[in-house]
Amino acid sequence: MKAKVYISLKKGILDPQGKAVERALATLGFSGVEGVRIGKYLEVELKPQEAETASQSVKEMCEKLLANTVIETYRYELEPD
Amino acid sequence: MRVGVVVFPGSNCDHDCYDVCDRILGVPTTMIWHQETRLPDCDVLIIPGGFSYGDYLRVGAIARFSPIMDAVIDFANRGGLVIGICNGFQILLEAGLLPGVLLRNRSTKFICESVFIRVESNQNRFTRNYRSNQVISLPIAHAEGNYYIDADGLADLEEKQQILFRYASENGEISDIANPNGSLENIAGICNAQGNVLGMMPHPERVADPILGLTDGIALFQSLL
Repeated sequence: MKAKVYISLKKGILDPQGKAVERALATLGFSGVEGVRIGKYLEVELKPQEAETASQSVKEMCEKLLANTVIETYRYELEPD
Repeated sequence: MRVGVVVFPGSNCDHDCYDVCDRILGVPTTMIWHQETRLPDCDVLIIPGGFSYGDYLRVGAIARFSPIMDAVIDFANRGGLVIGICNGFQILLEAGLLPGVLLRNRSTKFICESVFIRVESNQNRFTRNYRSNQVISLPIAHAEGNYYIDADGLADLEEKQQILFRYASENGEISDIANPNGSLENIAGICNAQGNVLGMMPHPERVADPILGLTDGIALFQSLL
């Protein structure tokens, strides 16, 4: 089983990297870009287990280590093998 | 008085801190490897700068779960003095011993330069050997030093006088031009509400030996004696 974890910055938190990429896109002529936010994507390989147990466990991983909930939000999907 | 310096894989200011305490101030100082689970007998703990665990995932996020950290948190909760400098500050934030977070610098660049810092108050254990509103020069060296906290948290810091250092001009003005990294309200260093845990981005340990020129950092360490 695999957990796909997406971590993104909360609304209103400054993202200097995203801003830099946004400016670079504008320089390249992509005039339709309104904003860029950079986040993280993690793939966590899990031992075979009940989906509910896995979900609870991944949530704890996110709260404890993978995301800093002061500035980040997270969501995840479980993918069976 | 005894000092402990916690060493993580990737710490690189640990020996500077050790040198200031042990050789310059003559205080018995012990290096503490992060795999330890017990602290030696000490009164002050320093969490030094560097790139613990290569800054993987988020700065300080993995070091925060090193075996020694439970003992560090317990030490702080019992009123022990803890100083986190640069990466040490980032680790203390991740550990929840200090409020807020350090974001990427607004320029996105690693900044290594001397900056002017205004000491906001000397009414605490860490700055009592400075004057209030004294302007000092300290080096910074970081990519993630852009301090952020929500509005309620900021009001709390202001009210309890937890903001100890701000980036300033040479004559002590707090302005955006004097702000190297985009920190909210030019915040360079804060303490906890109890006043026994300090976190700061500038490096006082790098300017504490007369042989290196500037000595504006030494008073911070002397304040602890």
